[in-house]
Amino acid sequence: MGYKPDRGARGLPGGKPKYSIFSLARNAGSYHQDWQRAWRAPEPKAEYDAVIIGGGGHGLATAYYMAAVHGMTNIAVLEKGWLGGGNTGRNTTIIRSNYLWDESAAIYEHALKLWEGLAQDLNFNIMFSQRGVLTIAHSEHELREMSRRVHAIKLNGIDSDVLGPEEIKAFVPIINIDQSIRYPVMGGFLQKRGGTARHDAVAWGYARAADDLGVDIIQNCEVTGLRRNGDSIEGVETTRGFIKTPKVGCVVAGHCSVMAAMAGIRLPIASRPLQALVSEPIKPVLDTVIMSNAVHMYISQSDKGEMVLGAGVDKYNSYAQRGSFPTPEHMIAAGVELFPILSRLRMLRHWGGIVDTCPDASPIISRTDVKGLYFNCGWGTGGFKATPGSGHVFADLIAHDRPNKIAAPYSLDRFQTGLLIDEHGAAGVAH
Amino acid sequence: MLLIKCPFCGDRDELEFSCGGEAHIARPLAENTLTDAEFADYLFLRDNPKGVFLERWIHTDGCRRWFNVARDTVSHEIIEVYPMGETPKTEAAKAAHKASWRRQTAAEAAAKPASPAGRSGS
Ligand SMILES: Cc1cc2nc3c(=O)[nH]c(=O)nc-3n(C[C@H](O)[C@H](O)[C@H](O)COP(=O)(O)OP(=O)(O)OC[C@H]3O[C@@H](n4cnc5c(N)ncnc54)[C@H](O)[C@@H]3O)c2cc1C
Ligand SMILES: [Zn+2]
Repeated sequence: MGYKPDRGARGLPGGKPKYSIFSLARNAGSYHQDWQRAWRAPEPKAEYDAVIIGGGGHGLATAYYMAAVHGMTNIAVLEKGWLGGGNTGRNTTIIRSNYLWDESAAIYEHALKLWEGLAQDLNFNIMFSQRGVLTIAHSEHELREMSRRVHAIKLNGIDSDVLGPEEIKAFVPIINIDQSIRYPVMGGFLQKRGGTARHDAVAWGYARAADDLGVDIIQNCEVTGLRRNGDSIEGVETTRGFIKTPKVGCVVAGHCSVMAAMAGIRLPIASRPLQALVSEPIKPVLDTVIMSNAVHMYISQSDKGEMVLGAGVDKYNSYAQRGSFPTPEHMIAAGVELFPILSRLRMLRHWGGIVDTCPDASPIISRTDVKGLYFNCGWGTGGFKATPGSGHVFADLIAHDRPNKIAAPYSLDRFQTGLLIDEHGAAGVAH
Repeated sequence: MLLIKCPFCGDRDELEFSCGGEAHIARPLAENTLTDAEFADYLFLRDNPKGVFLERWIHTDGCRRWFNVARDTVSHEIIEVYPMGETPKTEAAKAAHKASWRRQTAAEAAAKPASPAGRSGS
């Protein structure tokens, strides 16, 4: 994995003052009343060279790299609500690249390389914090599976270390390693380069940088139809009129099946709620991220001090952006045993996002049978970590109408050839 | 939380059930004549509507029997519960059954016992 991704040609933001400690000081002088707009609010043009549907992190990153790396600046991002209002702004922000299969290692590590330095690329503080991600095992079987996975990860040149219960206790003092509990901590593995980032800032940073390069970011603009001319895409119908374009990239996560149906295409996706909750803020007690695949729990502490807890995916399809109670209840029951300090905390907020789950728990980055229509979806419960890498390879796919080496295995035709990238069996869950 | 009416046990809490996903996916009988794409329709591709969805449920912690449910994926309202092997009766669920792309697939056609005119050589 010794290569360097092409981060694109972009120096200072065009037209806008650069964010820095000096601009912060200068604006403090005017009580922060004079900050410039981070991006324009343009009217949609009648025609673009390409249109990206979905203003989440993946869609905005795609647009940014199309402009920065491939020089496509006459493009638009259409978002039905507000930027990052989908799963981008609802996720628990875990970033890691410790996946079993080579294809996964390639794309998630590509993303991690881009995360390292993204704040500089975008001139935006995305609060990327490589605080480590520790995955814990609760059974003999999980331990063995874990050591297999660690070997595979290391062969791909990605950092990963196995820890015993005592080492875990030293690393995470609030954890309970009593072996008599329902989910005893029997070991774990740590990716030190993993961590978290501020989700909204990622969307805003890409939006601001893409806008600098001339990309039109259009919010409150819902795509209601995909217009085809025979086998090619002709444009998109929106709540703000028809927009003509020869290339359309759909990056709408939980709504990808709805979008595909507009073009008469079928996907192997099931849309499910995934839930998370945060507690009242407390003093710092946890400076890393802990995940448990057996419980379907992941926990970290935000910079504000809230404990951020994520649960497993609900068992039935839904577009309701709220989840069922049994799922978080199960997670919290195990959570208070593993972290007794949680039992006294009050929860402040609880929400759900609709995630696009794929049969092999790997994404779809693909052309379709309709020329000029591309899909980037199926990231399910774990696509935030991939945001920069996903946008980077999808931009390349749209610009050149062929997948590069990293994207190729994620083509839709793997469901016909059987070349699945089965991260389900490998990782249990993937956040 | 869903309150699901098991046709055999009556109203029970969602916790007692497991969801088996899309209903009415028939295993193709003439599977060796299907193309890979047609077999993928059966094996991997799924109906995933925003609105009325026809799905299978099993009363895992009860009678352990399967049945079909027509449920709205936005409001979570359960529109109809009906037996395996049957199609729904209410208008909304009937419309969803008819609208599903699966009704047009070769796999679905191949699941019906072969009739001489039933399949053109694909
Ligand atoms: C509770 C929760 C926890 C998670 N935790 C993690 C984690 O810890 N780590 C991790 O890596 N991943 C995690 N994920 C998954 C991650 O959030 C997603 O995979 C990722 O954010 C998807 O980004 P996106 O840009 O593709 O989708 P989104 O951010 O959902 O963006 C899609 C956008 O498309 C828009 N859209 C939809 N339909 C239309 C239309 N017709 N016209 C115009 N716009 C439309 C939507 O409004 C939305 O803004 C989590 C998800 C959830 C819900
Ligand atoms: Zn029953």
